[in-house]
Amino acid sequence: MTQAVPVVEGRAIVQDYQVPGSLFTGAKSVRALNGIDFRVEKGKTLAIVGESGSGKSTLARIIALIDAPTGGELRIEGDVVDIRKRRPGPDLRSRVQMVFQNPYGSLNPRQKVGDVLMEPLVINTSVAAAERRDRAEAMLKRVGLQPEHFNRYPHMFSGGQRQRIAIARALMLNPSLLVLDEPVSALDLSVQAQVLNLLADLQDEFHLTYVFVSHDLSVVRYIADEVMVISKGVAVEQGSREAVFANPQHPYTRSLFAATPVTDVAAIRVRIERRTAARAAAR
Amino acid sequence: MALLNIRNLTVRFATATGSFTAVDGIDVQVDRGDVLAIVGESGSGKSVSMLAVMGLLPDSATITADEMTYDGHDMLNLSKAQRRQLIGREITMIFQEPIASLNPSFTVGFQIEEVLRLNLGLSRRAARDKALDLFRDVGIPEPEVKINAYPHQMSGGQCQRVMIAMAIASNPRLLIADEPTTALDVTIQKQILDLLMKLQEDHGMALILITHDMGVVAETADRVVVQYKGKKMEEADVLSLFEAPQHPYTRALLSALPENATGDRLSTVSDFFESEGVR
Repeated sequence: MTQAVPVVEGRAIVQDYQVPGSLFTGAKSVRALNGIDFRVEKGKTLAIVGESGSGKSTLARIIALIDAPTGGELRIEGDVVDIRKRRPGPDLRSRVQMVFQNPYGSLNPRQKVGDVLMEPLVINTSVAAAERRDRAEAMLKRVGLQPEHFNRYPHMFSGGQRQRIAIARALMLNPSLLVLDEPVSALDLSVQAQVLNLLADLQDEFHLTYVFVSHDLSVVRYIADEVMVISKGVAVEQGSREAVFANPQHPYTRSLFAATPVTDVAAIRVRIERRTAARAAAR
Repeated sequence: MALLNIRNLTVRFATATGSFTAVDGIDVQVDRGDVLAIVGESGSGKSVSMLAVMGLLPDSATITADEMTYDGHDMLNLSKAQRRQLIGREITMIFQEPIASLNPSFTVGFQIEEVLRLNLGLSRRAARDKALDLFRDVGIPEPEVKINAYPHQMSGGQCQRVMIAMAIASNPRLLIADEPTTALDVTIQKQILDLLMKLQEDHGMALILITHDMGVVAETADRVVVQYKGKKMEEADVLSLFEAPQHPYTRALLSALPENATGDRLSTVSDFFESEGVR
């Protein structure tokens, strides 16, 4: 058993949303997350899988210290964090950062890329201006962009480049935990491959821990160490990637696997043969 | 003779910085009862070529082709009246965003009955009966209730079923589906693809499926056209395409699939263009 403190740990996380009532119906509360437990060791990737409405983004926002859960306990590197009592300060913000799904919406169109990258340092650190600039340029290079991109605006970049900028921004404070909410689902297949490769390289280089939210099982299979399948706010299945993919236990997990299209040649051959037979029978 | 026959289709858009060629010399043939997938990434022109067939491009587009015929009709030189006889009856189309495709101000029943009355000349009562039949065909639960629902009261998957019901109402011989499942969850995607394939087989209609998703191609297509930057890279039957892709771009796309990762790294399209010296 490992004695190391997990980078992030959640115990019985609950999130309720209040739905305001109307003239004829009273207010009611919707339980978006119902007792979620998880822990992620340093340098590992936990993938949270689910369909729309499952609560996976709600959980991501709680882990990223954006929203406070209604109940349960969240620990970051062993420290209990409760943002209802105290807003997270620079120290905590430097440890946890987030990358959002849509790189068109998550960058301010009126802010130059250099300023996007330097802003976390301005807010959370007392690094001198010249050093801020050096660090931002170094990070631009690290994520595969050029120093001359420093003074450009987000609209001058493609979707994949923008997601690189969003990742660079998240890394400016040297976080230990990165929460990635569907970071590649808005990207084309070939760009998705580049960004996934970049994330894998950065994880090795900076010993990053990832919480990776996705609905795409083929991406999860590629990137995850641990997998949590979540449905209607309940974690129906949790385990190592190998265990979950080789032998899914819960019916919901199995139905997800069954619905995922396969690009396997043998499966295509079976489908074509069945189709040809059906056509011949119809004649 | 092919049902839809397009030779050397080029679509140019007039932009502030000059003419932009979105589709560059594309050939497409679809036979009766065939399922053709057109696959490509954003900007490959895969939607634009089919919008050209439907006559749905804006005036800024210039369409030229050596041939664009549907069942012997020259689609380039149709009068508006002739076009209305074909589009929406013989050839129908469904789109990516099912909720945005429906008018939020009217019930789904009103919208499908409008199609039935205009295209099939049915009376109100007959249109309502036919709409209920269609709702049952596409698997909408409680059709009598749902027919009075507004689009926002239905899920994305149900709205896409309404769109499909509308598209098959006139028994079209060609259905063009532009990314029909991209906005949907994977379990709903499976249901919608299964439905499309079942309707395609039952009605014997030809289906053109525009998609960026190789998984969707693998699960549905008979033949595949791979497009990149407005040009056709490769055309093959689905098995050959996945078994022995001929063009470097197709190989690049397939190896960029996470399930085809070798070791720790995914191949990217630029890796391939560098290694094969193609640009």
